[in-house]
Amino acid sequence: MNDDVWLVIPLYNEETVIEDVVRQARMTFPNVCCVDDGSSDGSVAAAQRGGAVVVSHPVNLGQGAALQTGFEYVRSDPQMAYAVTYDADGQHQVADVSAMVARAREADLDMVLGSRFLEGQIEAGALKRLILRMATAFTNFTTGTKLTDAHNGLRVLSRPVVERLDIRQNRMAHASEIVALFGSMTIDGRPLRYEEMPVHILYTEYSKAKGQSVWNSVNILAELLWR
Amino acid sequence: MRTLIIQLVLIAATGAIVWRFLSGVGQRSQAVRRIALLVFGVLAVASILFPETWTMAANFIGVGRGTDLILYMLVVAFFSFMATTFKRSRDADIRYTKLARRLALDEAVPPSVHRATTAVELPSDVTDDREDDAPGKV
Repeated sequence: MNDDVWLVIPLYNEETVIEDVVRQARMTFPNVCCVDDGSSDGSVAAAQRGGAVVVSHPVNLGQGAALQTGFEYVRSDPQMAYAVTYDADGQHQVADVSAMVARAREADLDMVLGSRFLEGQIEAGALKRLILRMATAFTNFTTGTKLTDAHNGLRVLSRPVVERLDIRQNRMAHASEIVALFGSMTIDGRPLRYEEMPVHILYTEYSKAKGQSVWNSVNILAELLWR
Repeated sequence: MRTLIIQLVLIAATGAIVWRFLSGVGQRSQAVRRIALLVFGVLAVASILFPETWTMAANFIGVGRGTDLILYMLVVAFFSFMATTFKRSRDADIRYTKLARRLALDEAVPPSVHRATTAVELPSDVTDDREDDAPGKV
């Protein structure tokens, strides 16, 4: 039933969790594409054991570059109707993806974006919340979109959107860049139809240790200004 | 006498730098740069021989000393160098990314092959090591 869905997972040194993340995802979504971004650990083998197809960058390029590579891979599959961007560290939940894909199908949406703020159940520190909100306000202001959470990694994108995406920010600013691309994208002359849906992010010790530090928001801002 | 020594050293260094740049191989776009370099070399030698001209020029445009004027010009030149270098490295990054992506995609198992090899195992949720032997992935 979800044979026309591809999960795109940027992968960078997640050897300990990626196999389980892929295995679990594949129970619902059989097509999983991990884009290895030059991992130095056993991530590639682990992802393959989980049953993912692995596309390997020969060198580390950054998460934005990995997403774009994943999009280009999945659009070479004529059966692909939806691509889902999904995190490798296990902070996303397959049930959320199922709900989002179902919503995209039923309402014929171009994309469905996850939001951590729609239901107010975010398990993150006050500073991180503040930064996420400021980043979202900045992104909405500069891109003309109306989102509650511009930096959520969980997105369901329909084929026309995937075909039009060309991410050029290799590093972390790609999240804002993707939203900017959405804001300016048209399909047959009309703007994108999209909705946000609440998602539940699991901030485990593992993902917290892996996640972006607060300092990185400075880098994101700089990358946006000098793109 | 002492000023003569430093003048000789500076002229030799300037000449060497200009010569190094001029002797490089290149195309038409480099011609402008070469002429500019030649002018620069001449000006550099002239200002070594007649340093007071810089002070006169500085005074003329409202700067106290010739060395200050040269310092300001150097700062501006340095920042414009940084800006062009930044842009050039961004362009290089984009090309490099495209190249790496092409390699990655060319080496990956195509979606059709992936579907064919994994469709069988899905219902039982048992993974075998077939994918490890798939082409392009070692």
